Amino acid sequence: MGNVIGIGASPKRKEDQRFLTGRGNYVSDIKRPGMTAGVFVRSPHGHAVLRGIDKSAALAAPGVIAVLTGDDVKADKLGSLPCGWGISDAKGVPMKEPPFPMLAQDKVRFVGDMVAFVVAETPAQANAAAELLTVDYEVLPSVVGVLEAVRPGAPQLFDDVPNNICCDWELGDKAVVETAFRKAAHVAKLSLVNNRLIGNPMEPRAAIAEYEPGTDRFTLWTTSQFPHVVRFLMGALVLNIPQHKLRVVAPDVGGGFGVKQFHYGEEAVITWAAKRVMRPIKWVASRSEGYVSDRHGRDHVTEAELALDETGKFLAFRVNTLANMGGYLSTFGPNIPTNLYGPLLGGVYTTPAIYCNVKVVFTNTVPVDAYRGAGRPEATFVLERIVDVAASEMGIDRVEIRRRNMIPKEAYPYQTPVLVQYDSGDPVGCLDGALVAADVKDFGIRKAESARRGKFRGLGYSTYVEACGLAPSRFAGRLGARGGLYESATVRVHPTGQVTVMIGTHNHGQGHETTFAQIVSEKLGVSFENVDIVFGDTDRVQFGMGTYGSRSLVVGGAALSKATDKVVAKGKKIAAHLLEAAEVDIQFEAGQFSVAGTDRMKTFEEIAGAAYVPHNYPLEVLEPGLEEQAYYDPVNFTYPGGCHIAEVEVDPETGTVTLVNYTAVDDVGTVINPMIVEGQLHGGIVQGVGQALFENAVYDEGSGQLLSGSLMDYCMPRADHMPMMKVATHSTLCTHTPMGVKGCGEVGTIGSPAAVINAVVDALSHLGVTHVDMPATPNRIWRLLQNASLPVAAE
Amino acid sequence: MTVQISFTLNGRPTTIDVEPATLVTELLRETLSLTGTHIGCDTSQCGACVVHLNGLPVKSCTLLAPALDGATLLTIEGLQGAPGSNQLHPMQEAFREHHGLQCGFCTPGMLMTAVALATEKPVLTEADVRHGLEGNICRCTGYQNIVVSVMAGAAAMNAAKGE
Ligand code: FES
Ligand code: FES
Repeated sequence: MGNVIGIGASPKRKEDQRFLTGRGNYVSDIKRPGMTAGVFVRSPHGHAVLRGIDKSAALAAPGVIAVLTGDDVKADKLGSLPCGWGISDAKGVPMKEPPFPMLAQDKVRFVGDMVAFVVAETPAQANAAAELLTVDYEVLPSVVGVLEAVRPGAPQLFDDVPNNICCDWELGDKAVVETAFRKAAHVAKLSLVNNRLIGNPMEPRAAIAEYEPGTDRFTLWTTSQFPHVVRFLMGALVLNIPQHKLRVVAPDVGGGFGVKQFHYGEEAVITWAAKRVMRPIKWVASRSEGYVSDRHGRDHVTEAELALDETGKFLAFRVNTLANMGGYLSTFGPNIPTNLYGPLLGGVYTTPAIYCNVKVVFTNTVPVDAYRGAGRPEATFVLERIVDVAASEMGIDRVEIRRRNMIPKEAYPYQTPVLVQYDSGDPVGCLDGALVAADVKDFGIRKAESARRGKFRGLGYSTYVEACGLAPSRFAGRLGARGGLYESATVRVHPTGQVTVMIGTHNHGQGHETTFAQIVSEKLGVSFENVDIVFGDTDRVQFGMGTYGSRSLVVGGAALSKATDKVVAKGKKIAAHLLEAAEVDIQFEAGQFSVAGTDRMKTFEEIAGAAYVPHNYPLEVLEPGLEEQAYYDPVNFTYPGGCHIAEVEVDPETGTVTLVNYTAVDDVGTVINPMIVEGQLHGGIVQGVGQALFENAVYDEGSGQLLSGSLMDYCMPRADHMPMMKVATHSTLCTHTPMGVKGCGEVGTIGSPAAVINAVVDALSHLGVTHVDMPATPNRIWRLLQNASLPVAAE
Repeated sequence: MTVQISFTLNGRPTTIDVEPATLVTELLRETLSLTGTHIGCDTSQCGACVVHLNGLPVKSCTLLAPALDGATLLTIEGLQGAPGSNQLHPMQEAFREHHGLQCGFCTPGMLMTAVALATEKPVLTEADVRHGLEGNICRCTGYQNIVVSVMAGAAAMNAAKGE
């Protein structure tokens, strides 16, 4: 028995001891006997014909073991990187899906596209040899912006993708929306850009691959959020390695945020190369290499229109977006700006008609895929910006217009006009909570005080809903998913009563070792210390889809909950036999199996022992052992939501925006570990604030060079950019997950960009400013202030 | 060509031959297998590699190994209470108590910077800490719990000193 730590507690994290003492085990920390070093040679051009590669000088360089190119890939008849999601246009015509070769063939399509892999004894030798490779490029003009890419005469990335349009996707009833617009008393319009972002987990990507000729098995250690999916995609579809001959391990991983969620070409190349050179190979990306090879996020250009009646009720919402895919389709690329964007355009409002058209466009940039929030921050940003625009044009208070349109708590479950049905929520409750926590009523006093110091103060609101806990499989399948979206867990009870859990989600900062142990501790009544969580290794864990889309606790936790229920059920059978009672009379509570209404009982440890030492055991009807497994495929997404309020101060002299207060009230369902949830909210908010104020991936049109190509040119939020935030939860329970959880990993990033930009616009509204594109850098604001041609000093 | 350097590493005298162009991060991680010092960037921006050189925090990714000759070097592996034990330094305890870490990748660098801050200035304000952490990027925590941890850790270090 001992120390049961259950749901709602905040124990110190199990994983912290190793991280605090420098004993984490990240991929770059691993060494294998005989290990060699691999280096990728990447295209310096955004767009070029690859005319030939002369390997001779590189091959002759000291220490070089192999130089591999696209020709070798072709000769070995290997597949290209698969896209995990196929979308179609309104007529059902599937998206254009050009191959994404693991090493470029015939053409390169973005700066960073891989053209060769050099293997040498040491990293220094591999780098030196890479310099000696002669690559003959015929440079073509690049196109990097979506508006430019779809113009007639634009450079074409693929011969069979006219106008660079991969898919012309739509959702919603266009005709109904048009009718509603004709009846509107007011139509608000807004054009905006959702800036391109680079995820920047602090650990750069890395991989080690090894081939053992004795067993004909491969091992790949990789910085991945979903090792089983890598095994499946890479083994079955790219390299033709049988699943049982391939082990993929993602050990400690230093942050992911989506960036490490995809099957990358580097993983396939290094695994293939390891067998060719018959030695382990290690590749570790530099940060700058990550900038041109980690998948980017966001990058939308959008025109939106909101139709309202004379009271400010939303009648219809129409959105046209051009979404940048980059040079190829990444694992989930086409799914993000379509299925994870359009269905969330309803937000927390009762808008009866919505139409969304998304043109998914190829450009000469790093492929774009899911980055924290993925699609939902983009949807929230459009919606929450245009609501502010409408409020200001119609002279309605910004909180009031939101309140008038919010789905009332009693109206749940709520069917939106764009596919999804929200099961539970309380947007008004979140809004009310946030208004109080943010002390909105005294904002005027604070604004006047700022004005006395010559500063403009602004307040911004954002309410949102998201779809997370990715799954259900059947629904996802209808939307084009080529894989399932369930999760699995195995609960292994040892003869002594300790527990090892094998789970298919992946822990890269979210605290799974702690949260999942709490669930087991509570459900089985075993000591928190006596539960270990195993993840990230395809040889140890049965199967799993990994961690992304806030699905770990929602889907993985549900699988775990189901598996522990099975353990209890079997334990009852054993107890019934040992206590000579009927199974229906056995109760399980606080780690004890007892016969109802008596004091006869067996502890969990005694039952575990009996299962493994079956001297007195009904072997005819029950197998020895106490280990149970469950797969869980949810019936719906979960729908966290909330309200965020940002308060900023703008210095008109320099254009600097300072975030002075930040408040968030989020509905994340049941909170298993409040400390961890709060930490997730903090981190998510700061990533969203980063997008709003600092971060921007900028390409040079024409050359396709990434101008913000390192941490020197890409501004990451630092400790002194942030105030102390106030975060709280106001939860309604999810109606269909076993514990009522909804997920919390992305809510911060979804709610915050609109809150911050709405605050910036509010601060500048007296100058006639109606919109500011992200990031609201000092330069951008300063130029806006100059163009406002109004006295810059505050009155 | 190699040069021989002698220095004190986490309290132990160490003599080793290095290529003059070796970075301290490489020496620690590759040669000495002390992988607690992390590499998060190639432009000295992230602070994942912070160690103490003669008692002061430095980014070891921009330091050449010959500079260690005659110096005292402290890495995350040498920070704990008793060597070889699981006992934590007060700053490590504070990070654990206040959830000042998530993925743990920035953590060794953060801790080394934090200990140096607390050593330099006994009473730290929130502004001091935020300013003092400018050279360390954390992508996970949003900094709030790190700031709280550093202030608590500094207070604990002070209390321990006063005893
Ligand atoms: S690795 Fe030294 S500052 Fe980033
Ligand atoms: S804890 Fe992950 S980068 Fe700081």
